[in-house]
Amino acid sequence: MGKYIFKRIIGLVVLLLGITIITFSVIHIAPGRPTDLEAQFNPKVSMEARERIAHLYGLDKPLHIQYIEWLKRFARFDFGISFMDSRPVMEKILERIPITLIIELFSMILILLIGIPIGISSAVKEGSFYDRFMTVFVFIGFAVPTFWLSLILMDFIGVRWGMLPISGIKSLEFEKFGFFEKIIDMSKHLILPVLVSAFGGLAGISRYMRSSMLSVLKQDYIRTARAKGLSEKDVLYKHALKNALLPVVTILGLSVPGLIGGSVIFESIFSIPGMGRLFYESVMARDYPVIMGVLVIGAILTLLGNLLADISYAAVDPRIKLE
Amino acid sequence: MNKLTIFGICIVGFFIIIAIFAPILAPYNPGQIDIENILTAPSSSHIFGTDSLGRDLFSRMVYGARISLMVGFIAVGIASLIGIALGAIAGYYGKWVDGIIMRFIDIMLCFPTFFLILAVIALLEPSIINIMVIIGATSWMGIARLMRAEILSLKERDFIYAERSIGASDLRIIIRHLIPNAMAPVLVSITLGIAGAILVESSLSFLGIGVQPPTPSWGNILSEGKAVMGAGWWMMLFPGMAIFITVLGYNLLGEGIRERLLKS
Repeated sequence: MGKYIFKRIIGLVVLLLGITIITFSVIHIAPGRPTDLEAQFNPKVSMEARERIAHLYGLDKPLHIQYIEWLKRFARFDFGISFMDSRPVMEKILERIPITLIIELFSMILILLIGIPIGISSAVKEGSFYDRFMTVFVFIGFAVPTFWLSLILMDFIGVRWGMLPISGIKSLEFEKFGFFEKIIDMSKHLILPVLVSAFGGLAGISRYMRSSMLSVLKQDYIRTARAKGLSEKDVLYKHALKNALLPVVTILGLSVPGLIGGSVIFESIFSIPGMGRLFYESVMARDYPVIMGVLVIGAILTLLGNLLADISYAAVDPRIKLE
Repeated sequence: MNKLTIFGICIVGFFIIIAIFAPILAPYNPGQIDIENILTAPSSSHIFGTDSLGRDLFSRMVYGARISLMVGFIAVGIASLIGIALGAIAGYYGKWVDGIIMRFIDIMLCFPTFFLILAVIALLEPSIINIMVIIGATSWMGIARLMRAEILSLKERDFIYAERSIGASDLRIIIRHLIPNAMAPVLVSITLGIAGAILVESSLSFLGIGVQPPTPSWGNILSEGKAVMGAGWWMMLFPGMAIFITVLGYNLLGEGIRERLLKS
C-alpha cells in the first residue's frame, strides 16, 4: 500500500509540472503581451499597472527563464496581486474555496444517496417499466442545461412562490441571528445551488451504477452464490453490490473537474461567493493573476480528488496492491 | 432500431433542417427592432412572442439554431481531428511517443474544462471562431483515448502485417487501414461530443462570454430572458427547450449507435 501511494505521488509531481506548463502557455496564447490586451480592453489601466503586470510575468525575459521564475513563485503559492483590489491572489482564492467545497460535498452526498439506489434497482429490474422510466429520466438529466434549470427553480421556487432565497449564502440580518438560526439560514440559501449542482451528476452516477451492477450480476461467482442457496437479498447486497461499487469510486474521482467547472455557472447565477464566481468575475474583468491562480488551484483540487479516489479504491480492492 | 434512437434521429434531423432553411422559415428579420411591440406574449403575429427590443423571438431562435449547430459541428470536428491524429500516433508507434501523448492527455484531463475555456476566452476575444477552436481544443481527449485503444488491438492483425510486408508506409497504413477500421467506437464519442459542445457554447453565451449579441444564439437569448425574469416567460421557456431537446437528440442518437455496435 505504501509503495503504491509513493508511486502515485511521483506521478502526481509529473502531472503538476504539466499543469504549470499548460497554464503558463495559456498566459502566452494571446497575441502580443497580456499588458497590451489589458490596456486595449480597459482604458482605465494605468501605465504603472501595466508595468506591474509586465514585471509580474517578467515579460522582458526569455521564455524559459520566465517559466522557471513563474514556477518558483508557484512553489510558494504566490500568484501575484489581483488587478481589481490589489489583494494577494492566494488570499482571495483561499477565502472562496470552502464555500465551493461545501456545496460540492453536499451535492456529492446527494448524488450518492439518490444515484446509487436508482442504479442498483434499475439493474436488478432490468427491462422493467421502472428501468425504462429511469433510463428516460437519466437522458433528461444529461440534457437539461444547468443554467436553465437554475433559472426555472429561481423563477418558481424563489420568485413566484417565495419559498427559498435565491441569491447569496446568507440573509442581510444574518449577524443578528443565533447559532441555530444561522445554520438554518445558510442551509436555506444552499438548497437550490446544491440541488442544481447534484442534478447533472446524478444521471451519470446512476447510469454508471446500473451498468456496473449489470456486469457483476452476470459473473460466475454470482451464479455460485445463487447455486449454494443464498437468499436473493444476500446475493445482491453481500456479493454483487460490494463488487459493483468499486468502479463507481473511480468515477466519483473523475467527476471532480466537472463539478468544479460547473461551479462557475450556478455560483454566478445564485451570486454565491465561491471559487466559480471569483473565476467568472476575474474573467469578466480580465484579472489575469487571479485567472491563472484559480486555473492552477482548480487543477490541483482535481488531482487531489483523483488521488483520493485511487487510494480509497486500493484500500478496498486487494487486487490493486498486487500490481 | 430502438424507438428512442429513432426519436433521436428525428430531433437531430429536425433541427438541421431548421438551421439550413432559417431564412425561409423566419417570418421576420432576426435583428428587426420594433419599439411598439416590446416583450409581447406569444400570439398569432409572433408565435414565440417578442424580446425586450421587440424582435421576433421565433426568428431569432431559428437563426440561433444555425449558430448553435455550427459551433457544435465545427468544435467537434476540430476535437475529432486532434483526437484521431494523436490517438492513432500514440497507438501505432507506442513506446515513448505513446508515453508522451498519454501523459499530455492525463494533464489536460486535470483541468476543469470550463475553467480552461473561460481562461483562454478571457485572453482572446469571444468571437464565434475562437469559441469553436477553444471548445475543440479542450475536448479531444476522450476521442484520442478510444482511438488509441482501438489501434492497439488492430495493429497486431494479419491484414496490417500483410500491408507492411508489401512495403506500405506507416502513414498509408494508419490513414488507409487503421483509422477507418477504428472509427466505429469513436463515432459514438463524436455524436455525444456534439451535444456537449452545444451545451458548452450555450453556457458560455448565457454567461455573456460566448456568442455576442446582436448575433442570436440560444444561450444569449436565455441570458436576456434572465434579465426579464417574471415579465416574459417565453424568453426563458423556448430557448431552454431548444437546447434541451437538441442535446437530448444527439445523446439518444449516440446511445443508439453504441447499442448497435455492441450487438454486431
